[in-house]
Amino acid sequence: MSFLELEQLEKTWPDGTRAVRAVDLSLERGEFVVLLGPSGCGKTTTLRMIAGLEQPTAGRIVLDGREVTHLPASERDIGMVFQFYALYPHLSVAENIAFPLECTGVAKSERLAVARRLAEQLELTHLLDRRPRGLSGGDQQRVALARAMARKPAAWLMDEPLGTLDASRRADMCEFIRAQQLEHSVATVYVTHDQEEAMRLADRVVVMSAGAVLQVGPPHEVYDEPADLFVARFVGSPGMNLLDAETSSADGGAVLRPRGCEVQLALTQSIGAGAVILGARPEYVRLDPRGDLRGRVVLDAFMGSHRYVHVDAPCGRLVALQPAHASVANGDEVRLSIDPKGLRIFDPQSGRRLA
Amino acid sequence: MRVLRYLVVVLYFLVATAPLVWMGLSSLKHRDDSIRPHANFLPALSAPATPTDPRFEATLAAYRQLGEVHAGAQQSFWSHLGNSVLIGVLSTLASVALGTCCAYGFSRFRVPGAKDWLFFILSTRFLPPLAVVVPVLIMYRTLDLQGTHAGLIVLYTVFNLSLAVWLMKGFLDDIPRAFEEAALVDGYSRAQAFVRVVLPEARTGMAVTAVFCLISAWNEYGFAMTLNSSGAITVPAYFAGLQGNIEGMPWPQIAAGALLFVAPIVVFTVLVRKNLLRGMTFGTIKQ
Repeated sequence: MSFLELEQLEKTWPDGTRAVRAVDLSLERGEFVVLLGPSGCGKTTTLRMIAGLEQPTAGRIVLDGREVTHLPASERDIGMVFQFYALYPHLSVAENIAFPLECTGVAKSERLAVARRLAEQLELTHLLDRRPRGLSGGDQQRVALARAMARKPAAWLMDEPLGTLDASRRADMCEFIRAQQLEHSVATVYVTHDQEEAMRLADRVVVMSAGAVLQVGPPHEVYDEPADLFVARFVGSPGMNLLDAETSSADGGAVLRPRGCEVQLALTQSIGAGAVILGARPEYVRLDPRGDLRGRVVLDAFMGSHRYVHVDAPCGRLVALQPAHASVANGDEVRLSIDPKGLRIFDPQSGRRLA
Repeated sequence: MRVLRYLVVVLYFLVATAPLVWMGLSSLKHRDDSIRPHANFLPALSAPATPTDPRFEATLAAYRQLGEVHAGAQQSFWSHLGNSVLIGVLSTLASVALGTCCAYGFSRFRVPGAKDWLFFILSTRFLPPLAVVVPVLIMYRTLDLQGTHAGLIVLYTVFNLSLAVWLMKGFLDDIPRAFEEAALVDGYSRAQAFVRVVLPEARTGMAVTAVFCLISAWNEYGFAMTLNSSGAITVPAYFAGLQGNIEGMPWPQIAAGALLFVAPIVVFTVLVRKNLLRGMTFGTIKQ
């Protein structure tokens, strides 16, 4: 059995909304799992059920070999970082960090020693006597992290901890959180709607939508092999290019025709004939003078190390990854080619990936 | 425009403080001066020669005589002030404590019919309290609560509870749940989280609620007069009881007592005036 196990976890609100549907998930000791999804997808509710702040309607939660499904939050041995930090305003930074130790009966001198040691580790020593209200977002974040670490809990739970930081601080804090997590080797569940953050932090990403888990896997797998259309669109920035297409079988594979463009794409796998949705990440779409796809540039987005060229083709909008120096002008007529290696095929009805 | 604004403020200030000033002056008079047919309002060190002089001889005699028992009363001002303090403070503590607990329940838990309950609690204020004076009088007579401290403490607590619940609900709603949730995750029980995290955050709210409760209990006259006409008489009822006695009203002593009676409330209100304004909006202003 894994270290943290969610079995068929369900949450239905009193008004009948099914916030979380039959979620199964298991974490190993020291694993960093990110719950990723748009707001309202049930990721925070799932996290709160693990914490014991929300009672599951059905299902089981097992932590470190102990069923905790109906245990109160205080008996679960968890450290949590909240979205808005939730530092106790009437306590100093040191008292905040030591607060979880107080109810375990640790002597005051020892509590403060732990707080000082953690503060040193997180570079908070100069703030120990301050009240949280005056601290910057990043500092509050680190105090919250120190508080979550104080008891050496079995698991860390983080609810969009970087949501309120500005972009430049976010990357630093991401790195910092990951370093702390690796050092302490604590099973961590982290909630975010930011897919870049998820990619950067996770051992495994859990993509959720409408209360259900759509895909669980390492970041590269979720990115390269999306289980369905939702994951393909949601993960990656910009998301996967998706075009309506028709397939027909051919020798040893299939032929794809995007609806509206006079192009044929060969596929080595064979799939049934009919309507499909064709997907390709921008890095598999090229501006190519010899390409078969014609279109007109609508946006040339410079990203620093590269650029994304948005092209309107008769069969739909396509985004192509281009080297930073290869600029084009809006309105330019261009030709595109799609690398067959990057082709992903989805069922238009169910949204599931076929190939 | 600016001048007009100051003019209005100054005029209002004069109108509002004139009675207090007059009360202060009266407390420094001899009784004869306080009922002289000619106005006298300038304190002087010696008695003026003519009875029409606007000056009067200032004395602190009235303050010294506060310990005396006047005709029409059984006890001195000080013991009545003691009654007022005891009843006011205890009923305020009870209202704030019960109101805070009740409001916490409504603020944090799913209470079936919460809106209806809250409306019911508020509705107890719709009726002027004196409309129920007769039934309360009969109840209190049966229960032997007439003329006791406990009787008025319970009564004022009940009257103020609705206000306390509504005020505290507003203040508690403003305290993010995340604080308690953090404490729960940190290993504290719900009750511990309430005491350790919620109460410190609710301090200003409780202080504001306490001021409102204290003022209303402190100033209450109707019930104090009818229920406690003998025993545990509060200051407002005591002053009223001095009327119609053979010796006439001891105006300087009444003025001195009234001044002392008003002072603590004024000081309290000034101390928490910023928060009072927030309290009066029932916590509807979000930061």
